[in-house]
Amino acid sequence: MLLNASGCLDALAAPAVARGLDAFVTKTVTPLPRDGNTPVRIAETDFGMLNSIGLANPGIDRFLTSYLPQLELLGVPLWVSVGGFETNDYAEIALRLDDYPSVSAIELNVSCPNVDTPAESAAEIVAAARLATRKPLWAKLSPAVPDIAEVACAAQGAGADGLSLVNTIRGLKLDEQTLRPVLGPGQGGLSGPALKPIALAAVATCYRATALPIVGMGGIRTGLDALEFVAAGARHVAVGTTLFADPDAPARIRMELHAAARDRGWNTYEDAYAAAHEESLSLRTT
Amino acid sequence: MRRERLSVVANEPVGPYTLLRVRRGGIDAGVPGQFFMLEAPGRLLPRPISLCLAPTRELAFLIDPIGPGTRSLCSLDVGDELHVLGPLGNGFDLDVERPLLVGGGIGIAPLPYLSKRLSAPPAVVGFRSDRHAEAAALIPHAHVCVEPTLVTDVIPEGLDVLACGPEPMLAAVRALAPDAQLAWEAPMACGYGACYGCAVEIDGRLLRLCVEGPVLRAA
Repeated sequence: MLLNASGCLDALAAPAVARGLDAFVTKTVTPLPRDGNTPVRIAETDFGMLNSIGLANPGIDRFLTSYLPQLELLGVPLWVSVGGFETNDYAEIALRLDDYPSVSAIELNVSCPNVDTPAESAAEIVAAARLATRKPLWAKLSPAVPDIAEVACAAQGAGADGLSLVNTIRGLKLDEQTLRPVLGPGQGGLSGPALKPIALAAVATCYRATALPIVGMGGIRTGLDALEFVAAGARHVAVGTTLFADPDAPARIRMELHAAARDRGWNTYEDAYAAAHEESLSLRTT
Repeated sequence: MRRERLSVVANEPVGPYTLLRVRRGGIDAGVPGQFFMLEAPGRLLPRPISLCLAPTRELAFLIDPIGPGTRSLCSLDVGDELHVLGPLGNGFDLDVERPLLVGGGIGIAPLPYLSKRLSAPPAVVGFRSDRHAEAAALIPHAHVCVEPTLVTDVIPEGLDVLACGPEPMLAAVRALAPDAQLAWEAPMACGYGACYGCAVEIDGRLLRLCVEGPVLRAA
């Protein structure tokens, strides 16, 4: 499946782009409405970009009454990204989403670099949401942890159905003249090509550590980038920053992905799944 | 909105600025004040640039080379190709009785096209130097101010102001002309509502300039 990274597409502002995806992932929804952070909120860096949007969203009440009914009309499976500031926030929203058949899955954003991180661990949040909903739960993890395998295993143990890897990691850009931070809040989340090797490592590590399906994302700009994520152990891939530069990216990447797989001798890109791990696999089997 | 790869027809200096002219292809020129996302060679993100002129079968953009993206756009050669997405956002409301165009610095960029569409109404444009003021030649009937004179020193009363320029200028224009249409500017990653990066706070409300602007009523 090809998805968008949460927060990188407004399906209502660009429905044609959303329809090019296999599922649309919403911007993170929190219990209460949020305006987001003080501008400036984006800055290009040498090999990526920083954002400090700060989970701007209408809050769960307005999301359910005003946004979800419109999103349902898109005819694309919907994943709702859920955020919060304590475990109960996630559980409350998961419970409310449970009644909506149009919601295919819930992504738990336990790793936004632009707001105060919940003190509870990712596993506690997953466990609380698990009690609140029967929907598939995908835990979106940060690579900026000492041992992502440990976090992934704990999320699996708590009832996660999959992993979204990875969220942005915190970065800083200074104005060339004033040497003051460019972004209003100071620091922001780094995305784009700079993140790709970090994301690939996280996918490969979590593939080996858990049996959970993975949505791989972080700097995917081409079909070959996407194929690398599949080879590292991602069942699905998501595009984020590249959508900003190219709203036609989903169709293009899909085409390139098939071509890149065929060029390397696979019938479909799915055949390349976990190919990066094959050497150790053959060592184990011989 | 439509995205196409267009070729550069000319890249002409206008004072310290550059007028980048590209083939129009199948892209609509849109309404004055709307903008386009221009692929900046070698950069990750495109740059939001309002349309300056719409010659037959061309789109022309006035660009100030102030950063790596705009510098790369200004160094494009004839025949080079770049992706262009647009037209985007909300332009000026052209249904005005007594238009007065007001621009400051690179903020004059949308005024030549606006002037053409409104049949060359009066205009007041301000610049920081005589060299920058060379760009005023793009706008017919323009009254030119150079600092320390400010456009707000010379704006006549009772006209329908359509303005684009730096924030302090827009704030000052707004104080004089509460009904003015103002074209704002902010860094943008996408230009079509996806990134939420171009939010600006106006009267206590955060607005995404790319979809709710860039032209907003002052009041």
